Amino acid sequence: MNSLVKADIRKLGIAAVLFAAIYGMLETEIIGAFWELNLVLIMINIILATSLNMINGYTGQFSIGHAGFFAIGAYMGAIMTVKLGYDMPVALIVGTISAGIVGFLVGLPTLRLNGDYLAIATLGLGEIIRICILNIEYVGGASGLMGIPRLTTFPMAFWIMVAILFFIKNFKNSAYGRACLAIRENEIAADTMGIDTTRYKVMAFTLGASFAGTAGVLFSHYFFIAHPASFTFMRSFDILTMVVLGGLGSMTGSVTGAIVLTFISAALSDFPEWRMLIYSVAMIVLMLYRPQGLFGDKELSLQMIRSLKMGGKKNDD
Amino acid sequence: MKSWKKVVGAVCMTTLVAASFTGCGKSGSKSGGGNTIKVGALFELTGNVANYGTSTLNGFKMAIDEVNAKGGVNGKKIELVQADNKSEPSESGNAATKLVTQDKVVAVVGPATSGSVAAAEPILTANKKPLIAPCATAPAITLNKDGKVKPYVFRACFIDPYQGKIMAEFASKDLKLKKVAILNDSSSDYSKGLAEVFEKTFKENGGEIVAKEAFLSKDVDFKAALTKLKAANPDALYIPGYYEEVSKIIKQAREVGLNVPLLGSDGWDSPKLVEIAGKENTNKCYFTSAYTAQDKDAGVQKFIKSYKDKYSKDPDVFALQGYNAGLVLFHAMEEAKSTDGTKVAEALAKTKDLQVANGKFSYDEKHNPITTALILELKDGVQTLVKKING
Repeated sequence: MNSLVKADIRKLGIAAVLFAAIYGMLETEIIGAFWELNLVLIMINIILATSLNMINGYTGQFSIGHAGFFAIGAYMGAIMTVKLGYDMPVALIVGTISAGIVGFLVGLPTLRLNGDYLAIATLGLGEIIRICILNIEYVGGASGLMGIPRLTTFPMAFWIMVAILFFIKNFKNSAYGRACLAIRENEIAADTMGIDTTRYKVMAFTLGASFAGTAGVLFSHYFFIAHPASFTFMRSFDILTMVVLGGLGSMTGSVTGAIVLTFISAALSDFPEWRMLIYSVAMIVLMLYRPQGLFGDKELSLQMIRSLKMGGKKNDD
Repeated sequence: MKSWKKVVGAVCMTTLVAASFTGCGKSGSKSGGGNTIKVGALFELTGNVANYGTSTLNGFKMAIDEVNAKGGVNGKKIELVQADNKSEPSESGNAATKLVTQDKVVAVVGPATSGSVAAAEPILTANKKPLIAPCATAPAITLNKDGKVKPYVFRACFIDPYQGKIMAEFASKDLKLKKVAILNDSSSDYSKGLAEVFEKTFKENGGEIVAKEAFLSKDVDFKAALTKLKAANPDALYIPGYYEEVSKIIKQAREVGLNVPLLGSDGWDSPKLVEIAGKENTNKCYFTSAYTAQDKDAGVQKFIKSYKDKYSKDPDVFALQGYNAGLVLFHAMEEAKSTDGTKVAEALAKTKDLQVANGKFSYDEKHNPITTALILELKDGVQTLVKKING
């Protein structure tokens, strides 16, 4: 058994312990329904942020249409359960795959653009998806798809999140992931080295889009409704904010960003007037003092903490 | 220099985290007081429909102050717990969960928009607490998929089809119109629902719909659609929608030479409409509403006066509906002699001929109110009451 697999098993063990701890607190009602809801919301946001990080962070393609894929997952999943009467696993698979297909079809032409142009194209895409949904009577149009059963549970959200995090972590360390990183660092150099840049860009984009679809299915089956107002470009920006806050290119950063922002929003719910203000001030301060995000493109790991203790030796892992 | 930056950054982050923890602690430590009844207000306080939410909340707050001044409900004062849903349905579910499970409210008033109500309602129903949506007009929110009424969901405004019907009746019987064209907002269910019922009723009364065009909310140029409609040569134009777009439509309709009467819905009810469209352009404009400041009814005038005293501005229809929702809820609590959710919901369903700000208020079997509706005309920008339809 090689050391990588061992490390993975250890991480899985940590996840299991964490799960047991939280689940225990939920069962004994130390954590009430409100924080349970926000825990599930944190899981969903972690999936969204880490999947966007695959596109924006690893591959360096500036996409801001993530809410669109999120919406496709939410609606496709809801159609499966509400309209066609399938179970949650079917909804999850269909939601994931359909968002992936749209991501692939859209990625092929748009990823030939770069920088600002790609950002505008993806922003437009997100809006197109939302406006399409708005005009499809089958899914309720502007009033949204109502009457979705609450099929998402905390264990389901947690383990799907863990599976996706493992996938993304291993993707980064694979040959595919290295190719993506190469594209981010210098596309022309990567191309010269024989990397099929379009292929890898589309691959990262498709994978990111399908995970957003998974998050969408979990989302609509937790909040009883899929409504176009939940998938505006503000949602895309929210996800992007989480990624940038944590640090573009850092998966643990995206996770932290998602946790911190969701938590702040929930904790400040008693002061609705102050919520947006504090949120904005936090962003400005962060961008002033740490423009690369909390973690930059570094990953938080046990090793890093250990090396900090040993006297701040620089560690790139 | 670098370490200085680090220190400032660290201090900011610590403050932020500390702030969020105090928020957490505060919401956790709240427990049900003995001498007050906690009532939740779940509204769109931020986000793109925040103006509706805050108006409705103001009206509701006024109802609470009045009932508290009279000694409260069943000898207990009403305590308001506010929550914001950021104008987004899923946040509505989040806020409803907080109100019910953390703040332990006995009932919730709000949210303002139908989508948000649909997201909050399952949580209230699961916890057996009544919800009154003051101005959510979609028919589906009080009904289950099988057509059965949801026992804990009520509203305080008339539903969309009712408005469309009244305007169609008015157009064919009072204005004696034969050919009407429709211009509706295809991104709004409210607008589409009204257009549908208007068309149906108007045709039943022997009228003809000569043309139909649609726009999207946030559009600014409507001349292409208006020119097309003008070519159909209608006697009038029905434009159900919100004032942001409608005000521009009115202005541009007059500019392209469409000088026929324009008919609309309660989304028109805003001083901004006249401001943007221009006084002279709003002549021959009629719309349905639940309320106007021109109504000489004593109850309405009293409501306007107290609202002005409290907030030093004119109330709108949302404020009135928020106020009415409060009155209806407190009345039901008194009738039920309890704050138990199931009993209050039962009492709510039995509400009959209750005196609210703008007339009598009863619930039908689908938890929709039977209450006063008005047809208003704009004359040089001033609302004039043309017709009053009592339930």
